[in-house]
Amino acid sequence: MLQMHNITKAFSGTLANDRVHLEVESGEVHALLGENGAGKSTLMSILYGLYEPQEGEIFLRGEPVVIHSPRKAIDLGIGMVHQHFMLVPALTALENIVMGLPGHRGFFLDRFQATTRIKDISSRYGLDVEPAVETWQLSVGVQQRVEILKALYRDARLLILDEPTAVLTPQESSKLFRVLRTLADQGHSIIFVTHKLEEVLEVCDRATVLRDGKNIATVRCADVSAEILAEMMVGREVMLEMKKETTQPGQTVLEVEDLAVESDRGVPALHGVSFHVRDGEIVGVAGVDGNGQLELVETIAGLRPPETGKTRLLGQDITREKIRVRSESGMAYIPEDRHRHGLILDFDLSDNLILRHYNAESFSRRGFFLPHSVQSFSDRLLEEYDVRSAGSRTLARTLSGGNQQKLILAREIHNRPSLLLASKPTRGLDVGAIEFVRKRLIEERDRGMAVLLISTDLEEILALSDRILILYEGQFVGELAAEDADAGTIGLMMAGGSNVTAEDRE
Amino acid sequence: MANTPAEVRTARSIVLAVLTPIAAILLSLLIGAILITAVDVNPLRAYAALLTGAFGSLNGFSETLVKATPLMLVGLGIVFAFRTRIWNIGGEGQLLLGALGATLAGLYLGGLPSWLLLPATILAGFLFGGLWGAMAGFLKARYGTNEIIVTIMMNYIALYGVSFMNHVPLREAIGIFPQTDLIVEGARFGRLLPPTRLHAGILVALGLAFVSTVVFQRTTLGYRLKAVGSSPDASRYAGIEVRSTVILSMVLSGGLAGIAGMSEISGIHHRLMDNISSGYGFTGIVVALLGRLHPLGVAVTAIFFGALNVGADSMERTMGLPSPLAFILQALVVLFVLGGDMLTRKAVRERVRRLWVERRT
Repeated sequence: MLQMHNITKAFSGTLANDRVHLEVESGEVHALLGENGAGKSTLMSILYGLYEPQEGEIFLRGEPVVIHSPRKAIDLGIGMVHQHFMLVPALTALENIVMGLPGHRGFFLDRFQATTRIKDISSRYGLDVEPAVETWQLSVGVQQRVEILKALYRDARLLILDEPTAVLTPQESSKLFRVLRTLADQGHSIIFVTHKLEEVLEVCDRATVLRDGKNIATVRCADVSAEILAEMMVGREVMLEMKKETTQPGQTVLEVEDLAVESDRGVPALHGVSFHVRDGEIVGVAGVDGNGQLELVETIAGLRPPETGKTRLLGQDITREKIRVRSESGMAYIPEDRHRHGLILDFDLSDNLILRHYNAESFSRRGFFLPHSVQSFSDRLLEEYDVRSAGSRTLARTLSGGNQQKLILAREIHNRPSLLLASKPTRGLDVGAIEFVRKRLIEERDRGMAVLLISTDLEEILALSDRILILYEGQFVGELAAEDADAGTIGLMMAGGSNVTAEDRE
Repeated sequence: MANTPAEVRTARSIVLAVLTPIAAILLSLLIGAILITAVDVNPLRAYAALLTGAFGSLNGFSETLVKATPLMLVGLGIVFAFRTRIWNIGGEGQLLLGALGATLAGLYLGGLPSWLLLPATILAGFLFGGLWGAMAGFLKARYGTNEIIVTIMMNYIALYGVSFMNHVPLREAIGIFPQTDLIVEGARFGRLLPPTRLHAGILVALGLAFVSTVVFQRTTLGYRLKAVGSSPDASRYAGIEVRSTVILSMVLSGGLAGIAGMSEISGIHHRLMDNISSGYGFTGIVVALLGRLHPLGVAVTAIFFGALNVGADSMERTMGLPSPLAFILQALVVLFVLGGDMLTRKAVRERVRRLWVERRT
């Protein structure tokens, strides 16, 4: 179907793609795997006509082609679903799908004809979409289906999906995977760009691994394990399974009692939940997104007022305390959205590192900063947390996701808080950074920190937690010790099946 | 390690920040020259007259600084608001309220010891302007009201409210003109170079420009304002009180504009009357933007605008050119700076992208 030969592309002297090969067969789901910055996006941008390569050739169905624009790529039957969707929110799904195409009745849109065609494609590949609904009302998963439909409507035979699961829940992801298999079975080719290994093994036939702009290998997925793929990506052995000793938790650090919270829409999101976290343990809150996780963690962090209930930190009632007081009493927080909530992207690294503590004695006296203290503090943290950058004066915006997360981690835990709230702490990170963050969380636990981990990623919950709470529709429907937990049991509980007994697990 | 990419980039962006306004000014003068040629005047001689008018004599230079003083103070106030991403368009109203406050102090606090009277007058100007600004700040912080609309509307309330004060409650004792009595001697700024009108207000303005620079570069207050301005969300998550910061920013912003009004009363008019501000509250916004929201940039730009106004008057007198030319030149400078910003910002984007690609390998 597709052959890319010897593709070379340099940006101001740096080789983003160095004689890269990629071959994709008809009817195959082909993973393009690599860490952030390995050259995946560059290669796909070349295939989609966004960049021109300095060297190399592209063959499509055996014919040499030159793709100098996305228009040309579309004409050749190549479709791309970007990580950030290219949809107009105020238009309906149908309008988004046909946008830019010549109408079948001259200037006017033949809605009936378009609807029929969309329904036809939808049912053939299991892509259920309601064409008449405005896009902003659709969930992320459905919007992604609209994007795929958009490509198929233009007769794409080769689909590029750029990190398609980054924004999806596990349920939406598995639904997407079924669609991808159906597409492949009907002869389409799919390039699946990702750095998530489990997904590659689950859905792909073959995988091409890139590192530092070079080909490392192309393998059959049936022949490899996640460990092997990880090693290819990172270039060294990676610990996927975190080694962790069982510890003896000590005193109660966080105590939440009968907490009820409303969501932004004013409907109850948490119905009186109670739990506690002790020092030296990681408590994982598992659940499908939107079951009250956000409200839970934001209420504990002091960002939302609860309707009822109490929060105690080390025995002290902090239910109505300000965020500043909470952090002074030893609470740290890694928010889910690091760009919007975790960092000030236009501040440099040093200013981001003091964001929570800029008022502290060690950084300022009588309102005046002590530049040398700030400087040595940030240099020390950047070093200790392995934040790769061009120095503390670099803007946070220019860092990779992994380095941004390390920056937040450094700020939040450098002073050994007693409680850490970690909300999806490895979301969207590459394997190396995931390993770093997880290792660090376990180390801190071993040193006595209490960690509340909120994640929709079951694999992460299982890898880190000592105790797992399952949140469903604003209530805890189960609690499991790490040694009793497996994905099947938790999965059932996440879907609302409480009081799972041993028989159900079989 | 002397030249890390980040340092090179910072250095370059500083150079760009200074070069863009200079290029904009040169281009405006060029277009201005075409206009001047169109009315059969030699543009070089016209600009020479402008320069001589603004800087060529002691009186001209004094007038330039006299005009620059309120612009500088309002501009500094705007810097505080805009750096916090609050679009305070209410400089005019805050200036008028500051003038009212200073007049009240100058009329009724005459009993204070003389060393305290002038500081008290400045404080009154600051407080009146600051509280006027704080109202818009409070509405924004508490109810999410759009501060642009509120501050614009409050300009009118201030304008007609102060005019009412002149006409009725504070009208001069003999009751002829809609103006107050003269404020006491001790509440006035001293003249620096008699017989010119240059008064100590310019020293206050320059001093505050310096203080503002220190605030933004060295203090936790400046950090907090910039943090909230750059990302209110991230600031809130990190425990910074966004609402109080918004109100505080508006107090400082309005307060500085209030001192501008106070300076016009204490330095020039010595009494409150209608039309004490010829749009300083609005021109101050332009000065702040042109000064790249940097206090020292504002100081320089304010003097440039002062010179342009004074010089254009003298151009009118000696060359017969209409003085509104000054406004045309000001407007052109603004347009070119905005255009230049767009060009350089694209260049900056491109550089960041390249840096990013370099970093990935």
